[in-house]
Amino acid sequence: MTPVTSPAPTVQRPAGTGRPALSHRLAERGIDRTLLLLLPGLVFLIVLFIYPFLYGLGLSFQPPHSSDALYNYKKFFSDPYQRDTIWITLKIGLPAALINVLAAVPIAYRLRGRVRGKRLLTTALVIPITLGTVLTAIGMIEYFGGTGWLNKILIALGVTDVDHPVPLLHNYWGVMLSLLVSGFPFAFLLTLSYLSGIDPSLESAAATLGAGWWQRFREVVFPLLAPGLAMTFCLNFVLAFSVFPSAVLLGDPERSTHVISIAAYDAAYQEYDYSKASAIAMVMAAVMLIVISVVLFARGRLYRGSSGGKG
Amino acid sequence: MSTVSDAEPVGRRRLIGRPSTWITWAVVAFFFINLAGVVGSVVVKSFSTQWFGTWWPAGFTTQYWSEAWHEFDLSQVLIVTLEASLAVVVIAAVIGVPAAYALARRRFPLKRLVMLVFLLPVMVPPIAYGIPLATVLYKYNLANSLTGVILANLVPSVPFVVLTMTPFIEQIDPKIEAAARMCGATTRSVFLRILLPLLVPGVLAAAVLVLVRTVGMFELTYLTAGTDSQTLVVALYNAYYGAGIRAPQSTDAMAVLYMVTMLVLLVIALRFVNPTQLVTRVADDRDSNA
Repeated sequence: MTPVTSPAPTVQRPAGTGRPALSHRLAERGIDRTLLLLLPGLVFLIVLFIYPFLYGLGLSFQPPHSSDALYNYKKFFSDPYQRDTIWITLKIGLPAALINVLAAVPIAYRLRGRVRGKRLLTTALVIPITLGTVLTAIGMIEYFGGTGWLNKILIALGVTDVDHPVPLLHNYWGVMLSLLVSGFPFAFLLTLSYLSGIDPSLESAAATLGAGWWQRFREVVFPLLAPGLAMTFCLNFVLAFSVFPSAVLLGDPERSTHVISIAAYDAAYQEYDYSKASAIAMVMAAVMLIVISVVLFARGRLYRGSSGGKG
Repeated sequence: MSTVSDAEPVGRRRLIGRPSTWITWAVVAFFFINLAGVVGSVVVKSFSTQWFGTWWPAGFTTQYWSEAWHEFDLSQVLIVTLEASLAVVVIAAVIGVPAAYALARRRFPLKRLVMLVFLLPVMVPPIAYGIPLATVLYKYNLANSLTGVILANLVPSVPFVVLTMTPFIEQIDPKIEAAARMCGATTRSVFLRILLPLLVPGVLAAAVLVLVRTVGMFELTYLTAGTDSQTLVVALYNAYYGAGIRAPQSTDAMAVLYMVTMLVLLVIALRFVNPTQLVTRVADDRDSNA
């Protein structure tokens, strides 16, 4: 912690005796002892994040029962049960993230100013996020079950009858609903914080010039919000793509919600084939990176100005 | 923020029109009614004697609470949860705050790369790096233990502290430190008497957020915990996954215990931070004075 002062090498040198000391030149570029403070953090992440990742990557090319380095990947992509996990995951993750963002925008837009009960609402919305996916899944088992309150209400309303409760568990919809419960508050709070980063005087100016609310939203607020929305979508997608506890507890983990994280988990902890598990984890990371880079590439083409919030 | 709302006259809202207001609040209300149903079902069931096919259980009892306490060895589970999360909070702060200081105060070559290293673990979902990480921990015999749980949970926590603290330290004026040095303070006393008091609110906020995240972190703990190093959320998942012979009320009792733990932590957290900070990864100084 020695900022600001580095007294040693500032002494005047006789002309022509070469350059200042190395430490001085480094300090001019911002390298001094303060940077040592970074070391513990960096070393920790290199050892426990980067190294495991590279180790997993290497391991995925060393299948235990084959000399073919690409064996795990070939097997994954040739076996429909394994390969389809990608589509199953995308089919759950993309709509979930999209619905969450689309639902969050109008509600956040309504609540962007000073609205009564806003603090209460944001606090209440943090609750499902804090409770987490496991507890949400457990609550949904009770609530959405054939004899749960939801079906009771639907039966009372005449939507369905006792013998045919609406099936919301152990299928695609159970997982989707759990992603909406945990994802919507997340998307909403992010969108709200992006919206509050947009200078409201821009909107006032548009209003002064005679723009209606729709025109103001479409031509002023939305373009400024779009980069933030792209980010919100990405973070929501990442959450949805790695869905695990709810896919097991609420879904149909063998078939229609056999998502890629279940495949990776089973490979590691049911078959004890860490090589295969690492390969699946790498595929998972790759697919996720592809989707995110497509979204972020599209976002890069959007306006990113000074008033665009934290784009 | 304060100037924001002044610019929004009441008349503006009327332009948007009544129906959209109604729809907005209806969607929000629908969400909360169902959320209340989800949470309420668990709470009611944990206290019920018998509840099948009716609107309301036949009677109430706390019998399953004591059963759950013994059956799942909840005191042990709570101790593990407490130990693991406190260790994670302390270690993450000790490693993360100095790194945040360096990042906030210095510009140096490759800074963007260093920032990327700190950003990645927060962006990549736990299950994607958790499996390789668990494999490495098993290889060095660190998994299946409290150490493994702590190490795994530190991976997203250290970057989280760094990313929350960097903007916080940036807004502390470096001239204060410079002035202290001009007055002859040593590095030690600059740190202890100038920086530390200024850092305390930021560190507390970061710590409480890490605490909430660690207690609620399922994936990484699940992948690295052994039978005697389960945290509450993992024990809860396992109880449901292996449900069958037990009375469902006792697993629900554990779920309510977890819920109460998280809500208490949430109330504590909200004393230090804004709700949005529990979501966004980086502290938002714009909102902090709202």
